[in-house]
Amino acid sequence: MKVTLFTTCIVDFMAMNVGKATVELLESLGHEIDYPTNQTCCGQPMYNTGYVEKTKSTIKHFIETFEHAEVIVSPSGSCVSFVKEYPHVLADDKDWKERAEKVAAKTYELSQFLIDVININDFSAKLPGKAVYHSNCHTARFLKVKEQPLQLLSKVEGLELVDFHNSDKCCGFGGTFSVKMGDISAEVADEKARYIQEANPDYLIGADFACLMNIGGRLSRIGSNIKVMHIAEVLNSK
Amino acid sequence: MGIKINDKSFKKNLEKNLNDDFMRAAMVKAQDLINKNRANVLSQLGDGNYQEWQKLSGEARAHAIENLDFYLNQFAENVVKNGGTVFFAKDAKEASQYVTNLAIEKGVKKVVKAKSMVTEEIGLNHDLIDAGVDVKETDLAEYILQLDDWNPPSHMVVPSLHLNKTQIRDVFAKNGYSGKDIPEDLAAFARAQLRNEFLTADMGIYGCNFAIAESGAITLISNEGNIDLCTSAPELQVAVMGMERILATYEDADICISLLARNAVGAKSTSYTTFVNGITEEGAADGAKEFHVVIVDNGRSKVLKSQFKEVLQCMRCAACLNICPIYRQVGGHSYNSIYSGPLGVVLTPLLAGYEDFEELPYMCSLCGACTEVCPSNIKLHSLIHEHKRVLAEDKKNSAFWGVSMTGAGKVFSRPWMYKLGTGIAPLMTKPLMEDGKIKKGISILKGWTDKRDMPALEKTRFRDWYASRSKGGNK
Repeated sequence: MKVTLFTTCIVDFMAMNVGKATVELLESLGHEIDYPTNQTCCGQPMYNTGYVEKTKSTIKHFIETFEHAEVIVSPSGSCVSFVKEYPHVLADDKDWKERAEKVAAKTYELSQFLIDVININDFSAKLPGKAVYHSNCHTARFLKVKEQPLQLLSKVEGLELVDFHNSDKCCGFGGTFSVKMGDISAEVADEKARYIQEANPDYLIGADFACLMNIGGRLSRIGSNIKVMHIAEVLNSK
Repeated sequence: MGIKINDKSFKKNLEKNLNDDFMRAAMVKAQDLINKNRANVLSQLGDGNYQEWQKLSGEARAHAIENLDFYLNQFAENVVKNGGTVFFAKDAKEASQYVTNLAIEKGVKKVVKAKSMVTEEIGLNHDLIDAGVDVKETDLAEYILQLDDWNPPSHMVVPSLHLNKTQIRDVFAKNGYSGKDIPEDLAAFARAQLRNEFLTADMGIYGCNFAIAESGAITLISNEGNIDLCTSAPELQVAVMGMERILATYEDADICISLLARNAVGAKSTSYTTFVNGITEEGAADGAKEFHVVIVDNGRSKVLKSQFKEVLQCMRCAACLNICPIYRQVGGHSYNSIYSGPLGVVLTPLLAGYEDFEELPYMCSLCGACTEVCPSNIKLHSLIHEHKRVLAEDKKNSAFWGVSMTGAGKVFSRPWMYKLGTGIAPLMTKPLMEDGKIKKGISILKGWTDKRDMPALEKTRFRDWYASRSKGGNK
């Protein structure tokens, strides 16, 4: 299948390895990658801060950049959940709303694509050690993608997945919330980091780089040596 | 007191609460305990399919709000049929004055009160005390707070959640208690004091969980028995309710009560479910001889006509407070409103205006946990987002964010600007780097870097790697 890749802006300029792992993983499964170089951001930062009108030009740009695709895959459930919101944001404009609906319908988070669309069962990932999985709120609650990442991780050779206290709770990132209410956000991240440490894992795995950057930022500050990995990197580990 | 708790700035309140280690530990403990119990009792509903119940209770609440004018009329007619008097109060002042004047007119010296959010909202205690009436809060937590110089409630269901047993012992000690900080002993002391208050009160005041339109009954659910004493001992009784407390039928109440108790305290039901049906029959030993219902608007009809209408479906179970990751850290008083947590974020600016509360909508990471648990099916996180939109677009509340987000919108819709910006960003952030990470941010970035590191911006962006790879380079 020809897979059009939406890397997300944050992966583009802050986590090149996540994008790279996504490409290599999909190619190893026999898919052809299409990477539209005009892609930027999904628009969520402006929208979630309340600037709905100022988000629209970004959304329209996204639609124009991606509507040619057969299927759009992204290593971020949060950004995908926002693409699914596009028809609602553009509800006032019939033509754009229809275009938004078409794009939203063919956009998938990576683990969702792997399980629900191409249904892969067998891949030869290998990563020895103990890991916890942080469930991203938008992936789990808005996209309802809860089991797929766990299903994939259970097949990684050598990887032992353990739970930790309140693993389904928000990490405190929340986009601009993380700087606008930085004090509160950092306290949420701190509690998350402490519970993860209690489980004593080698790896913290997540399906959304933003949360990983937040929790990882706190782990790094308190001197933890837990390695932070995106699920694409884990599935691409040989 | 009214809706606003104090005159300190948002920042001052927040700072104080973030530094209150005891309160914060209590929040964490309470949330974890209530949620564990909640999950347990919800899993017993509908063979584990409690979402079905959640849907039904949401529908019951939505139906009542959709047809509020009809059901309010029906309810009021039935209250009168049951021998009661109904007063529609357009605002807090009217509501509070009606009750206060009634107390003065009837020569009331002492009032026993059951816990009620709406009486806090209309500032009733203050007016009664000013009129020389002795007011006694009889809910144990409210009783503690009253003795503690009217310390404001920090939770809708567990008002004194921010105090520990030693602090409570100290409060009681100033009022004649000489025992230790043993919860059972403290409760026994309060019980002994309160028993006498019930027997000597001239007036009982209580709130209303649900007002049943088809019968005119006021439904009260509680655990301590104090509400039943308020509804039975004094001959003169007043129920104060927000105008949205309506349910059409007992059948609807059955579903809503089941979910209210389970969500509020993680129990299958509360110890007491009481229906007050107007005045008592002649010759009865207890119950109201005179019964008034005060139905409070105080901004609610304005909400009914707005895009926030859905919030009126709330049944005040506090499930959203108990699940909220922000409330967990900051506690109820940080919201500076008697209504805290996600519900408070939505409701407070609607009832009390944005002016004093414009920080509230930003106390949310939009994680959506509140919406997921709400038994009234309110999309709380979407309503919080709508507040942010109103502040940003209609009120243009922040020049900084206005300019930043205009800039972001321009950059993200013009690929050349985006590519240029992300290309030079690593250079621009170089002065902030330490050991390969951003550790000391400036301006808003400080909010992040005070307690967290941030990864360095990539010199080789993903797009650069991908471009070089397609050219046959760096694989």
